[in-house]
Amino acid sequence: MNASDPNLAESERNESWTPLLKLASREVFELMLSSSLGVPPEVLTDQVLDITAMVGLAGHVCGIMTLRCTSQSAALMASKMLGVDVADAGPEMWDAVGEVCNMIAGNFKNKVTGMGDTCMLSVPTVITGADYSLHAPADSGKIQITLLFEESPLIISLEVND
Amino acid sequence: MDKISVLIVDDSSVMRKIVERSLRQAGIDIEQVFEAGNGAEGLAALSQGKVDLILCDINMPVMDGLEFVKSLSGVENGKGVPVVMITTEGSEGHVVQALSAGARGYIRKPFTPQQVKEHVLPVLAGKP
Repeated sequence: MNASDPNLAESERNESWTPLLKLASREVFELMLSSSLGVPPEVLTDQVLDITAMVGLAGHVCGIMTLRCTSQSAALMASKMLGVDVADAGPEMWDAVGEVCNMIAGNFKNKVTGMGDTCMLSVPTVITGADYSLHAPADSGKIQITLLFEESPLIISLEVND
Repeated sequence: MDKISVLIVDDSSVMRKIVERSLRQAGIDIEQVFEAGNGAEGLAALSQGKVDLILCDINMPVMDGLEFVKSLSGVENGKGVPVVMITTEGSEGHVVQALSAGARGYIRKPFTPQQVKEHVLPVLAGKP
């Protein structure tokens, strides 16, 4: 099955892409941060996910991948990537979380048959703050996964514009 | 192996530091590291001095990595310097494009220090 086929039914696509997105995310954290992502509990603790990294996809498949996390998680990502204390990693956290989102997007598209060569990635953009809405086109489909990074949730979403 | 100078071209400062650390972990003795945030800055950095190795991302603003590699032969200190791409663009098509443009190696992100070692050491040794 060519999972990047735009005619693939949304439910079929979600079914085949969701495990690939989880695998792509786990690989990035294991290889680049030496960190295993956990499975979240059914009820998440109330934490404000105030950092959002976004990477655009354009070509055969168009859409946007987002990674949302707390600012503490973003600083911890930078700390683990750079091998420095969290207190010293703060200024690099936006760059780090953007690069993590970029690597997840790239790793994901390389796992979807036919998507690697036909879909380009944008450079990442990072938003600070939680009080915003992302408005995708009405006909877009969305897959979303939640994973735990050092006890804090990460929400990784892919909105596809068909 | 003698000490070498390296140019790392990536729009992520975090990634530039990870690449430098990976090179040192590979046992490469580095005398000087030049950093650039895109291809145009990379070409400008070469005017500051000669380098023995370039590691370069593909997706960058202003000038991407493929354009940078194609431009190397036309700038001072650029001709003949081996380039290894380090990028999220991991498809066969991108690898072929990069090698056709003049890159000598290709590492997909995410990567391990061991992968950097396995790809960079043969390039430094002049092996195809």
